[in-house]
Formats: sequence, C-alpha cells, structure tokens
Amino acid sequence: MDAIILQILNGLDKGSAYALIALGLTLIFGTLGVVNFAHGALFMIGAFCAVTLSRLLSLSHEVAVPGEVDFLGNPAMRDQPYAYDIFGEAWGAHIIDWAVPLSILFAIPVMILIGVIMERGLIKHFYKRPHADQILVTFGLAIVLQEIIKYYYGANPIPTPAPEAFTGSFDFGALIGFEANTIIYPYWRLVYFAFAAIVIGAVFAFLQFTTFGMVVRAGMADRETVGLLGINIDKRFTIMFGLAAAVAGLAGVMYTPINSPNYHMGMDFLVLSFVVVVVGGMGSLPGAVLAGFLLGILESFASMREVINIIPGINQVIIYLVAIVILLTRPRGLMGRKGVMED
Amino acid sequence: MFGLDKKDASLLLVVAALVVFAPFFLNPFPEASGWAQFNAGYPDLMQRFVIFGIFAIGFNILFGLTGYLSFGHAAFLGVGSYAAVWMFKLLSMNVIPAIILAVIAAGVFALIIGYVSLRRSGIYFSILTLAFAQMSFALAYSVLTPITGGETGLQLALDDPRILGGLSSSDGNIPVPGLFGLEMRDSSKLVLGGWVFTFNFGYYFSALIMLLSFYLSIRIFRSPFGMMLRAVKSNQQRLNYTGVNPRPYTLAAFVISGMYAGLAGGLMASMDPLAGAERMFWTASGEVVLMTILGGVGTLIGPVLGAGMIKYMENIISKINSDILHTWFAFLPDGLEDAVVAMIYPFIGKGWHLTLGIVFMLVVIFLPGGLVEGGQRLAGLFRRKKTDESKTATTEPAE
Amino acid sequence: MSKGNLTRRGVLKTGAVAGAGLAVPTYLSAQESGFTNAPTGSTVTLGFNVPQSGPYADEGADELRAYELAVEHLNGEGDGGMLNTFSSKALQGNGILGKKVDYVTGDTQTKSDAARASAKSMIEKDGAVMITGGSSSGVAVAVQALCQEAGVIFMSGLTHSNDTTGKDRRANGFRHFFNSYMSGAALAPVLAANYGTDRKAYHLTADYNWGYTTEEAVKSSTEALGWETVAAVKTPLTQTDFSSYIAPVLQSGADTLILNHYGGNMVNSLTNAVQFGLRDKQVNGKDFQIVVPLYSRLMAKGAGANVKGIFGSTNWHWSLQDEGSKAFVKSFGTKYGFPPSQAAHTCYVQALLYADAVQRAGSFEPCAVVEALEGFEFDGMGNGPTLYRAEDHQCFKDVLVVKGKDNPSSEFDLLEIVEVTPVDQVTYAPDHPQFAGGALGTCNNGA
Repeated sequence: MDAIILQILNGLDKGSAYALIALGLTLIFGTLGVVNFAHGALFMIGAFCAVTLSRLLSLSHEVAVPGEVDFLGNPAMRDQPYAYDIFGEAWGAHIIDWAVPLSILFAIPVMILIGVIMERGLIKHFYKRPHADQILVTFGLAIVLQEIIKYYYGANPIPTPAPEAFTGSFDFGALIGFEANTIIYPYWRLVYFAFAAIVIGAVFAFLQFTTFGMVVRAGMADRETVGLLGINIDKRFTIMFGLAAAVAGLAGVMYTPINSPNYHMGMDFLVLSFVVVVVGGMGSLPGAVLAGFLLGILESFASMREVINIIPGINQVIIYLVAIVILLTRPRGLMGRKGVMED
Repeated sequence: MFGLDKKDASLLLVVAALVVFAPFFLNPFPEASGWAQFNAGYPDLMQRFVIFGIFAIGFNILFGLTGYLSFGHAAFLGVGSYAAVWMFKLLSMNVIPAIILAVIAAGVFALIIGYVSLRRSGIYFSILTLAFAQMSFALAYSVLTPITGGETGLQLALDDPRILGGLSSSDGNIPVPGLFGLEMRDSSKLVLGGWVFTFNFGYYFSALIMLLSFYLSIRIFRSPFGMMLRAVKSNQQRLNYTGVNPRPYTLAAFVISGMYAGLAGGLMASMDPLAGAERMFWTASGEVVLMTILGGVGTLIGPVLGAGMIKYMENIISKINSDILHTWFAFLPDGLEDAVVAMIYPFIGKGWHLTLGIVFMLVVIFLPGGLVEGGQRLAGLFRRKKTDESKTATTEPAE
Repeated sequence: MSKGNLTRRGVLKTGAVAGAGLAVPTYLSAQESGFTNAPTGSTVTLGFNVPQSGPYADEGADELRAYELAVEHLNGEGDGGMLNTFSSKALQGNGILGKKVDYVTGDTQTKSDAARASAKSMIEKDGAVMITGGSSSGVAVAVQALCQEAGVIFMSGLTHSNDTTGKDRRANGFRHFFNSYMSGAALAPVLAANYGTDRKAYHLTADYNWGYTTEEAVKSSTEALGWETVAAVKTPLTQTDFSSYIAPVLQSGADTLILNHYGGNMVNSLTNAVQFGLRDKQVNGKDFQIVVPLYSRLMAKGAGANVKGIFGSTNWHWSLQDEGSKAFVKSFGTKYGFPPSQAAHTCYVQALLYADAVQRAGSFEPCAVVEALEGFEFDGMGNGPTLYRAEDHQCFKDVLVVKGKDNPSSEFDLLEIVEVTPVDQVTYAPDHPQFAGGALGTCNNGA
C-alpha cells in the first residue's frame, strides 16, 4: 500500500512536468494550428534562464586567500560574489540561495519575448504550409537553439540547487498514519507539483473567465468567423504563443533543482510530450493535462521492481505501449476533437 | 527504354551516370590542397550516400505518394541490419543471403506494424509508428541484449558457427563480407596528377542495388498502383465513396517502403558488419524524414539528394577543426586570421549540428519544395536566358 | 529533346575525361609497405575520434585538448610533459620515427554507427595509421572491431566496461583505462572499512552492457566481504527522472544505494537520491550511504554539492603527487588554465604509449606495434608501475578510490583521494568469468 501511494506521488510529480509542456504544445496547436517541435527547446531555455540568473547573481570577483596555493603553485584566490558587496553577506547569500524561485520573475518576460519573436519572425509564415514543413522548420530551430546554448554553457549538466529551505524531504507517510520513513517525499517536488497545479489552473481560468480568453477560444473553434466579426485574432494568437512559451519556460525554471539542466534536455522531453499531447487528443487542453498525469503515474508504476520482475523491460516501453493501446481503442486520444490532424 | 517514358529514362540515365562517376566528381580537389578536406570520394561516405539514398527512396514511396508520415522508419533499417549480421554469424559471409533475409525480416516487421498503425491516420499514425520504433530501440538496447548486442551492437566473432564455411580469414581474423570471393572493402586507386580517385567494390555493389531500387520506384510511381496511392493522399474519403478500400494499398506501400529500409539496413551491415541499436532511435527516423523533405517530397530524385546532403554535412563539416581553419586563412594578417577563424569556428567541427539546423531552416523557408525546387529555379534562370522553346522540356521529375 | 541531348553530351564528356585518365594510370599500391596507411612523407597522421556533440561533448573536448598537448610534446614543442618522466626514453621529441605528428579529428556523437563512420573516414580519406579516443564502451568496442578489420591500431580512450578487454577484445586494440572489475575490487575493501561488513545494498543499474558488468563486479566484490544484495533494478538509458526508482529504496530495508550509472544518468540519479533525503536517514541502525562505482570529475561537477562524501573509483586524479602526474598537470594547466580530467589523462598517455611503441618497434606496422606493447612495463605515467598485459591488452596499474570533497576550493577540486589501491589487489586472470568468451585473434596489418 505505502509503495503504491509513493508511486502515485511520483507519478503526479512526473506528470506535472509532462502536463505543463503538453499544455503549452496544445495551446500553440489549438490556437495557431502549428506543430511546434521547438517546444522542448523552449522548456530548455526556461531552465537556462534559471542558470543564467543564478550565475548573474553569483557573479564574483577574486580575492586572495592568505597562505594557500592552487594546483599550479600560484597564490590561491577565492571568489567573492558581488551580491555580498551590494547586499551584505547575509542578504547576498539569501538572494543567491533563492536564485531559482527568483528566476520565475526573470523568465516570464524573457520567455514571452522569445515566444512573440518566434511567432512574428518565423511561425507566422508557416500557417498555410503543410504540417511537415512546420515540423521541419521548428525542428531546425530547436537544433539551432540548443546548439547556441551548448556553445555558451557547454554540454555538461549544470547543478542549480533549490533554496536551502526546500532541500531534504518530508515524511508524508507519518502524516497519514504509516510508519516513519516509509513514504518520504522531497519538499521541492511537492513545490513543483503545487506550482504546476497553479499554472495549469491559471491558464484554464484565463481562457475561461476573461474576455481575451473567450475570444481566443472562439478563435480556436472557428478562426474565420471570429476574424469576420472584426476581431484582430492574429494579435491575440501571437500573445497566446508568448503565453505558451512562458508556460514551457516556467516548467523548465522550476525543473532545474530536480535534474541539473543540460542543453539537450528539451529533446529528451520532446518525443514524450508529443506522445502526451496525442494520447490526450490533439487540440484538447484538458486532454493534455489528463494524459500528462496518467502517463506519469503509469510510468512510475512500471518502474517498480515487483512489476519489472514479472515483465522485464516494461519500464522501457510503458509510455509507448499505453499510447498504442489508447490510440487503438480511442481513435482521437482521450479527449480529441473530430477532424483535427487526421489528414 | 525499360518500360519508362523518355523523361524518366533520361532521369535514370543521369542518376546512373552520377553514381558511376561519383568517385571522380566527389573528389574535385587535389589531395595536397587545403580544399581536399571537402572531398567526399572515399568508400565509406560514398557507400553511405547510396545506402541512405535507398532508405530515402523507400520512405518517399510511403510519404511522397500516400502522405502518411511514418516517424518510425528507422526501426526497419535496424531490423534489416540485425537480420543481415545474424546471417553473417550463422550462415556465411556472402552478402546475398544476408540482404535477402534483411529485406524479408523488415518486410514482416513492417507488415505487423503497418497493419496496426494504418488503422489511424494523420498525426495519430505518426505517433503509432514512433511508439513502435521507440519500443524497438529501448528493448534492443537493454533486455534484448542477447539477440542484439545491446549497447555495443551486434558484432561478428571468431567463434560464430557460419555453417557454410568461412570461419575465419586466412590470417586467423574475423572474415569480411563479400560476394563470391570479392570482398566488399576491395578498392583500387587511380592517381591522376594531384588527384587520387578510389573505386570500391562495395560502393559499386550498393550503387547497382540503388539504381535497381530507383528504377523500381519510378515504375511504382508511374503504375496504376502509384496512382491509387496518390488518390489516397489527395482524397481518401472520395476513394471510400467509390467503393475502394484504401487500406490494402497503403499497407502495401508501407511494407514496400519498410522493405526498402530493410534493404538499406542489410547493405549497411554488408559494408560494415555491425548493427547498433542507435539505428532505431527516433532521431534516426527523423533523419530520413528530413532527408526526404530537404530533397523534395514526392519527387523521384529529391530524397537521394537530401540523403547525400545530410550525410555530407555529418561526415565532412564535423571533421574540420580550428587547426584546419588556421591553415586555410594563414594568408590573412594575424589579427584578421584569428577574427575570421573565430567567426567561422562555431559552425564547423563540433558545431556542425548548428550548421545543419540553419540549413534546414533556410531550405524550408525559402525552398518549400526542397533541393529539387532549388534546382528547378536555377534551371529556370538558365532557361529564360536561352530560348523559349526549351520551356517545354522540364528537367526535373514530375511529382 | 534538348534535355536528352544535354545529358548525352554530359555523359560523353565525362566518359572522355575518364578514358583519358585511364590511359595513363598510376596505381597506388597499398601492398608496397605491407600495411594500411603506411606513412610515406615526412609526417604521420593520427586520428582523434572523440565525442564532440551529444552529452559527452565536454569530456570529448577535454580529450582533444590532451591529444593536442601530446602532439606538441611528441613534436618537441612545449615543456615535454610526461616525456620527461616516462620510464622509456625511446622518444626523442622529433615526432615519431623522425616523422612529424599530424592529426585529424572526428565526432563520435557517442553512437557506434557515427563513431565508425568517423573512424572510417580517418582511415580511408585521411590515411590515419592509428585511431584513439572515445568516451563510452559501446563506441570503444565498435571502433576497436573496425580497426581490427581495417588493420590499424586502436588506443581506446575512456571505456570502463569489462567487455572492451573481455569478450570483445581485439588484437589491434589496447586499453589503458581501468575497468568495472577493478572498480569493484578496489572499492569493496574501502567500503567495508568505512561502512562495515554487514551492509544491505540496493543497486540501480543502467540497462546496458556497461551497467551489467559494473553491477556484477561491484556485487561480487562486496558480497565476498559479507555484504548482502537486497535488489538490483535496471533503469532505462533514456531515463532523466529517477524518482520512481529511488523512492522505494528505503522501504526495501537496504542501507546502501549503489548507483551503477555514468554521465547524465549518474548526475540525475545521484541528485535525485540526495533530494529524497536518503543520506539523512538511518536504516538498520546505520547511516544510509550512497556509492558511485565510477566517478568522473566532469560528471561530479554536474551533480554539484550532492557528491560530498560519496565514495567511488577513478582511473587518475590531478591531485596525485607523483612526478608523472605533476608534469602532466603542469603542462596541461599552463596551456589551458585548468587541471586535466581523467579522460584527458588516459588519452594523453595512450597517445604517448603508441608513439613510444612505434619508436621501439622501429616501424608503424600494426603487428610490430602490437608486439612492442604486449607485456610492456612502464612507469612515470601517473599510476605507478604499469603493465600492458599481453593476454588481453589491458593495462594493470594502481586504482584510485576517491570521495567527494566536503570543502572544494574550486570547481575542479571536487574529489579527494581516499586510497591508492595497489595493482596486485585489482589483478585478475585473463580468463576470469567476468571477462570470458573473447579472443584477441591475430594482429591485422590490413593491406
């Protein structure tokens, strides 16, 4: 029982990353009808926003350490962050410690800007082109973006820890009446889950309860009619692209303490997020979220050793197996609309 | 000629000529010059050009004609390679049985996957094929290690049974694949002044098979069967209403194109007897899609050109390092030399992926029809300068 | 039609050119020298085949730096590095056999296909007489087999799987790096001394060949000292989030987690394990511990503070104080501004060992080189007295057991040496069960 609760927790946590990325992908697809293979790259750039900010905050100058030498025998130097000089030692340390959460503020404008530039500069010219062309051009863009990041940050993962207050883990089992140490869960992962829930809720609320969202939803259903009503739907769709980029970016920012970011993390998530979107049903936002959590939970269960012992290799293929079964039993995924992307 | 109309026959002849004389024009620079770096006329790369050409031609039969975008085609290439290497291990080092089994194995595999995947269309079909291919990769890399060799790939060993003989070469090493005594790696070199041209048996063997595959693909494109596939692409619904069930046709196209992939895999293993699981990874499937689109979807020659271009970049651009750049620009004053090198450096050597990405984007943005369209435009430019009369003769293959 | 004419004319023209060429052919005879790519001019070309794209690109870049340094030293430039401390004094600093050393580079992409394509282009196009480098066992084994077939020497870079000199060994291939068995044999006693002999271990193993050999090696050495293996779970290569594998560890009753992971897998699994607070827990009345059998400084950097206090093994570390290591660190550090990694060290040494073997053999002929390297004993290369064993072409030398440093002074100072395990303790018989099933074959000179 405790093992199952634990894997559900794991699944929810994995699923929140999948759901966030798939949500952004579906937003772009649903509004603009564009298959965006660069979406993984946006997730990755979000993560590197966090890396950049924490580097900026801990920019340092060297001060000599008396009485020590480095590996070549020269006097040893110690790095002193400028933040210490400006905010004082204690506050400076706090700010550096909280670099990842602070990056949210930094990433939102950056990601929206990147999204808008991408849409206006490139994607806009591909609305009328076949999906294959869209895939190729965004795939090319994804390669270019990740190579640029690799050029400046190298190929190695870059550790970006969570604030001190969120390290360590929380004894979840003790809270619901299990023995101590049976169900423990890291604080930061709980934070990530809560954060994902908030972002997903905010996106839905935005689409559901604002005039802007209403127009966008109308545009998703019938772009032409909305255009004929004299509404500048293009402009709103551009903003939606920026928003989708920001959602992907935020997913990336908050993901950095879970796994050290590297330049190809976007590609690692790309295929998976497409599977999630398709399983959820192309163009369906609730479907994307549902499929994200579902696949996350199933993946977690498949990695239990009791399961692997029965079916060896199941942990390697579970996601794809589920995708095949769902697509064969439910032709348009869990909640897909008829006629979307079937030609 | 060969049951082709004049246009197709001349296209086939052009391709044949290109393939036969490839060792010459792929080595345009003298060996000693700095530009020799750009020569591509060495056996391994030439073999890769034609083998990936076959792969892309086969993919184009499915994607170009029916419009079904398979994102898992590399799985068939992988299955073909494994089948071929197992034949080398169990039977003999002759490439013929290996290639035959590769084609059959890939065909059967394609039949199973195609039967399931073709129940859906559009992106749902793409994701189904992708899922099958990723499963094949994941299993081949891990739990199927006894059959596939896993991480280190399936290799020949000295203690393989090889029941038809050829246990080891005369000097006690693992034998190499061959065709009735002729080894695939046999080459002879021709030195002409500063130029060195290499003629490799394996290359010409693959090239011959490529020409046959190309011919077959022209015949398929022009056949009633091809027409039917095109009908599937343009309007499947109407086809249904006329009482035709398109599924058998698409499945046939899927299996044929899977067999092409298996043929390419078998040839790859024949040129270089090792089969690795990475061949089935989704990026490998994506690569053949890129090749086809880059060259020109639905055109006959496009996929081959696309395959050549990607393999050229992968093998040539990636080998240029900063040292070589410095020798090229040594004639410039020091400061300028460093500046120029620093400017080019991110795009070559380890940055070759960046160049690849940029080329994709440029081609898709400015040449939606791929390289073939580029060729058409160039040809168009020339033709306008010449007579109007020649407008009637289009050089490019019709879709 | 004009088109047809054009083609025919084109064909005729090409044909004519070809015909003219064939009239005066000068065939290059490969047989002349009796082996592949015999250097003819005043230079000799070596092929450095390292990962330049993909997850191991940084490791590859460090390998390439080491090779460039080695070429400098071989050609008599720079301060000579380990040439001054190397026990064999055959090399004169005037290239190899008087020929200036030249090199070509390629990208393995850490894929066996791409690595072979790159190595083939070096052999077929650039005339490389030796291929070296790489950062994974899959690539090493694939390229080693290719070099055997083509008749050139392969000096592997970083490859740790038993198979490279075990079931996939080849006569033309040589490995200086240590292997899974040695890691297990060196680590187990240190673990027993620090954590006791009644531990319960839980293995997480990368689901491919290297993972299997490492798990087996660590398992058998620790079990021999009294440890119990509670479970061993395989994890997919493409896994990025290991939470669902790590969460059940505590419930299993294990008190030690062994991560048979490398590269990105290792960075992520270790980070996740620390996140789950495993190291703050007490199980069976003992502090929970994590062990990483194969350490690399570059990867330790990716895991950041999470490596503190965690045991592992490594082939070499720049803080070693013997003369050879000091000389190498000095010339590398002077040239590039930071200390070399273990990958850089093994590649540098491999390049030098090859050059020295050619010099001693008096020929670039692969079989002569193989003979010169087989059973070769040397010193002054950073790992104490070392033997290149003839039976399997594996180097036998001291192995380092290291621990993540608690107070690193820089981003390079992440590991501290706990023990230098003497070579006798990690030596095994050539037909040891973990290495069984392979045969070197005979050396191949190619044609």
